[in-house]
Amino acid sequence: MSDFLRDYLTVVWFAATALLLSGLLLGISAAIRPNKPNYEKLMPYESGVDPVGLGWSQSQIRYYVFALLFVVFDVEAVFIFPWATQLERYAGFGLVEMGVFVFVLLLGLVYAWRKGVLRWV
Amino acid sequence: MLLALDLPYWAQSLLRVLGGLVAVLLPAGTIVYVFLFKMMSFMQSRLGPMEAGPYGSMQLFAEVGKWLQKEDIMPEKADHSIFRIAPLIVLASTFLLVVVVPFGPDAWFTNFETGVFYALAVSSVSVLGILIAGWSSANKYSLLGGLRAAGQLIAYELPMVLAVVGVVIQAGTMNMQQIVVAQNAGEIFGWNGLGNPYILTQFIGFGVFMIAVQAELTQAPFDMPIAESELVSGYMTEYSGFRFLIFFIAEFATAGVFALIASVLFLGGWGVPFSWFGWHSIGEVSNWMNVVGPLIMFSKMMGLVFLIMWIRFSYPRFREDQLQRFAWKVLIPVSLVNIMLTAVLKVVF
Repeated sequence: MSDFLRDYLTVVWFAATALLLSGLLLGISAAIRPNKPNYEKLMPYESGVDPVGLGWSQSQIRYYVFALLFVVFDVEAVFIFPWATQLERYAGFGLVEMGVFVFVLLLGLVYAWRKGVLRWV
Repeated sequence: MLLALDLPYWAQSLLRVLGGLVAVLLPAGTIVYVFLFKMMSFMQSRLGPMEAGPYGSMQLFAEVGKWLQKEDIMPEKADHSIFRIAPLIVLASTFLLVVVVPFGPDAWFTNFETGVFYALAVSSVSVLGILIAGWSSANKYSLLGGLRAAGQLIAYELPMVLAVVGVVIQAGTMNMQQIVVAQNAGEIFGWNGLGNPYILTQFIGFGVFMIAVQAELTQAPFDMPIAESELVSGYMTEYSGFRFLIFFIAEFATAGVFALIASVLFLGGWGVPFSWFGWHSIGEVSNWMNVVGPLIMFSKMMGLVFLIMWIRFSYPRFREDQLQRFAWKVLIPVSLVNIMLTAVLKVVF
């Protein structure tokens, strides 16, 4: 197997270790902890007041526009990183290209800003 | 491979997994004892734990023993299977993150060509765990906390990603090991006595990165998702017993791992300036650096976590809207300007 794939296999081992470790400790805990549920314990905790209505209450998600902006900038990052490693080779040409790219994105951010979507209304 | 021994693959993997356990749990324990128990107490004019062991140093073992015996209470209406999975995802994301950190010339877990990319990608996995923890609890506080956490983590993810681009431009590579080498073999205007740790040239990037780390860890002053006084610990409200402890361990282990990554990117990682011993490339680095390297990394990590905790215990909190405004209107423009400045300077010099 190539070193490249072996590195990813190590990632799998680490994830498995995390799950095994917490599984083991939760298992030990399950063996020695008490289990005496009653009605009050199983109620959602709202600082001592009896909860009204369902826990999954309707709430306004104020930042769905932020999430859209996040996708835009995250994709930008995907393009910037390969460029950053090769900057020495592309020199001035790469600089101008990325300058235009970042400028267009900044324009987008300024537009969103002026439109008022960056406010937590 | 490791310590100049030629081990079969299974033995290497076993060593790496054990090393990973140490690299996650040892910093987490030390951080909790030194900073959370002792430093916070001294800053608040109290002694902190004193009974278990000398100066309360065995307190952690007592705590784990206590949490193991706690009843595991789960709200009746909660989404039980997802509720159980959430803390595991958060802890697993910490282990996935530590995989890329190099601790010495041969003491690494993985040597990805795109290590920085991987680290930044994996660091956002914990958002999933937090969001489903908040959702599955069937509790209004948890739901609000989970939603706030998701909003905050995606907002501060961007400055963190963009702050690292400056380092990648300077090093010309995304491999963590080569970033360490580039810093320690570097020179400042022809003087190589200190190498060239990127904190000197990327101080803007370092500042933005550390602020973003503070927010990603939801430490005060960025603790709106937790907010004890209004949301009763937000997404963790309904967690009790050992499941809560898993969240807790993951929080401080992640603080340690982020500090390790920051010290690799900005403070020169495991290396000492190569000119001290006449090294020029990674092949010439002596074998003893595999032992000294982890110690150097550990001390740098403690220094950076001290910074995080100092800010946590000193500053008043941001309000939710200030927090979002700060990320989008200050940090992101600043880090974009930093990228372009670094690129211009790199091409000019």
